[in-house]
Amino acid sequence: MAHADTHALHAADHHDDHKPHGIGRWLFATNHKDIGTMYMVFALIMFFIGGAMAMVIRLELFKPGMQFVDPGFYNSLVTSHALVMIFGAVMPAFVGLANWMIPLQIGAPDMALPRMNNYSFWILPFAFTLLLSSFFTAGGGPAGGWTLYPPLSLQAGDSFPLTIFAIHMMGASSIMGAINVIVTIMNMRAPGMTLLKLPLFCWTWLITAYLLIAVMPVLAGAVTMLLTDHYFGTSFFNPAGGGDPVMFQHIFWFFGHPEVYILILPAFGIVSEIIPTFSRKPLFGYDAMVYATASIAFLSFIVWAHHMFTVGMPLAGQMFFMMSTMLIAVPTGVKVFNWTTTMWKGSLSFEPPMLFALAFLFLFTIGGFSGLMLAIAPADYQYQDTYFVVAHFHYVLVPGAVFAIMAGVYYWLPKWTGHMYSMTLAKWHFWVSTISVNVLFFPQHFLGLAGMPRRIPDYNVQFTDWNMVSSIGGFVFGLSQLLFVAVIIQSARGGPKATAKVWDAEPLGLEWTVPSPAPYHSFSDAPEVH
Amino acid sequence: MAHAPTSSDNSKYYIPHGSPWPIFGSVALFVLMSGAAMTMEGANNGPSLLGAGFVLIFTLLFCWFRTVINESEAGTYNLHVDRSFRMGMSWFIFSEVMFFAAFFGALFYARNFALPWLSGAGAKHLTPELLWRGFEGVWPSNGPLKVGPRADGSFETIPALGVPAVNTLLLLTSGLTVTIAHHALRAKNRAVLTTFLLATVLLGFLFVFLQAREYHEAYTELGLQLGTGIYGSTFFMLTGFHGFHVTVGAIMLLVIWFRVLRGHFTPDRHFAFEGVAWYWHFVDVVWLGLYIFVYWL
Repeated sequence: MAHADTHALHAADHHDDHKPHGIGRWLFATNHKDIGTMYMVFALIMFFIGGAMAMVIRLELFKPGMQFVDPGFYNSLVTSHALVMIFGAVMPAFVGLANWMIPLQIGAPDMALPRMNNYSFWILPFAFTLLLSSFFTAGGGPAGGWTLYPPLSLQAGDSFPLTIFAIHMMGASSIMGAINVIVTIMNMRAPGMTLLKLPLFCWTWLITAYLLIAVMPVLAGAVTMLLTDHYFGTSFFNPAGGGDPVMFQHIFWFFGHPEVYILILPAFGIVSEIIPTFSRKPLFGYDAMVYATASIAFLSFIVWAHHMFTVGMPLAGQMFFMMSTMLIAVPTGVKVFNWTTTMWKGSLSFEPPMLFALAFLFLFTIGGFSGLMLAIAPADYQYQDTYFVVAHFHYVLVPGAVFAIMAGVYYWLPKWTGHMYSMTLAKWHFWVSTISVNVLFFPQHFLGLAGMPRRIPDYNVQFTDWNMVSSIGGFVFGLSQLLFVAVIIQSARGGPKATAKVWDAEPLGLEWTVPSPAPYHSFSDAPEVH
Repeated sequence: MAHAPTSSDNSKYYIPHGSPWPIFGSVALFVLMSGAAMTMEGANNGPSLLGAGFVLIFTLLFCWFRTVINESEAGTYNLHVDRSFRMGMSWFIFSEVMFFAAFFGALFYARNFALPWLSGAGAKHLTPELLWRGFEGVWPSNGPLKVGPRADGSFETIPALGVPAVNTLLLLTSGLTVTIAHHALRAKNRAVLTTFLLATVLLGFLFVFLQAREYHEAYTELGLQLGTGIYGSTFFMLTGFHGFHVTVGAIMLLVIWFRVLRGHFTPDRHFAFEGVAWYWHFVDVVWLGLYIFVYWL
């Protein structure tokens, strides 16, 4: 793809590397690297908060019967775990990576709209303060599930308006972040970097940003209708007034399904950067990857009702949503085969980023296959609301999205800090995580197929064994993430100097032409791309 | 910082210096949102917190826009930045379109699925037998329980050919006047620019005034309120959010008008004018959708 002209880079050296000092550097930040760092640290903190909730859930599910928490609090944990992990951990981590890497990859000095960039970050800590503070109000935290289906969600206590407004704030933050990504990529590319020379991480983020702008306002509309139904007497979801609670599900999943791809497309981009580097081959089928990403994004708008096959839709509706959902397997298959073919006859090495990318490839595909099973409407009647669904989306989100984020962090961390990290420690993190994540989630397939319902704190004794296995896997997985933090802290504090290329390979992309750590202002003059 | 390229210097990138307004805005949103939540749940200090939130938000808008306008007038932004602003504004308007799409979607769903199904259409023939005996949902409807302010549950709708038709004419005319003003700006005819921009602002506020009068009539005489079943819900949420957008757009046009009076904008550099004009055309187009699907059909 892109090779920078070294002459242009000398010009960049003349640029001042002056950083603002003190807390103002972070509060008033306009630098894409500072804002990216804040996003990543925030995402990591939220990952541990959401993870702690998951640990309590697994603790409660270790044995049948009620042991530690009351059912209402359990419901709050399930609901908040989802909201925190989706909107607080995975999405901000991707935006952080976008902030750090997109300007470096396209040869830009910064994001196109740096102040809005800062605004979109700083809204998030306040939004989550609002959301999590609801745990301390009368009635506890939001407990109707992250999907907020009425009429259940309308029965919440003081947490209800706090949740709704927190979602409004998160949505505003996402829309601003997405506008910034699109404008940066469309307007800030170095001369010569045509769209089909764009690194795939930028491509997948460009399409993700489009999805975000298209669907976050729809979520805002949906929760606004909940709010007015609750406080201002509207009848959107009330059949007595001519509305329909199922209508909420349609509007919600019109947002929700593209949201699923918002959570995975940047992961595809990261993996598409890493596998070629450690295969020492260019990516197989670059153009096909771009078109496949765009196809997935398009299809994401016409599959939403597969989340609600059992609500009583007309047969024609079920058939349409079943077929369109299965079509997604085609572009996704193109991607999986392209990654595999990239490795074919490559000179492979297994540094931590590559290990996580490979685990992503295998484990995300498992999640993809269980998704195909769920897409079959008549079979879904059986799977709906069981642990099979939980196993499915955790496979695509944890060893899928989260592993890709970790792969990205391990790939670019030396570029950020200027220091290599302990490969041994990182590989320990990889192996413990990968084994435990399967111990955690694979048995949930069995539980679901056997009929264990999701979102219920107690279960029939026949489900005990696999729940215990799953919980043990969960505790090990949770603890092993401390290794991840250890590696990051170690690399931030010091260690062997990283070279500009970092890896013992020829990684493609402009980010490898600047020194490690990347200078505070990367490209004040545009590099030339050949 | 070392970046201070002027608009003539288009080869250099421009990075704005740090700004206190984003973090100020985050605090403002937090105060506003917690104030709103507490007000809705009936907490004692909710309204005062909500009021403080509004004060902070207006302070934010005033200060942040003042900074940007001053920087723009000082020639800080080059053509590259101008293009970023244009793209940003276009995508923002797209997000607004999608926000309205959610409410239009609710309207279409309620009319084409929810009401027919409540009346027993398709495979739902047992619904009116078991749940709402004899209900025939014909638009405009406030549902089987006739939810609404009047004791008998009846309500009337606003006919499309009355004030809504006048309002359509007003908004379409205002789209024309803002375009004439734009052409005048490009042709350096400041007198025509000032007049037609002011005309646009006045047409906008006249629209809002007529809408408010219609709302008053609906609430007091027609039995049509936000709580009048699904018809009242979709009617007031769609036209209400639109009216809010018209108000915001008219205020933005007014700010642009004051800037014109101060001699801001040149024939080839006037992003703020164009951004507001795009926004104005957007609320115009949304109104046409409202006129057709809410008032007329």
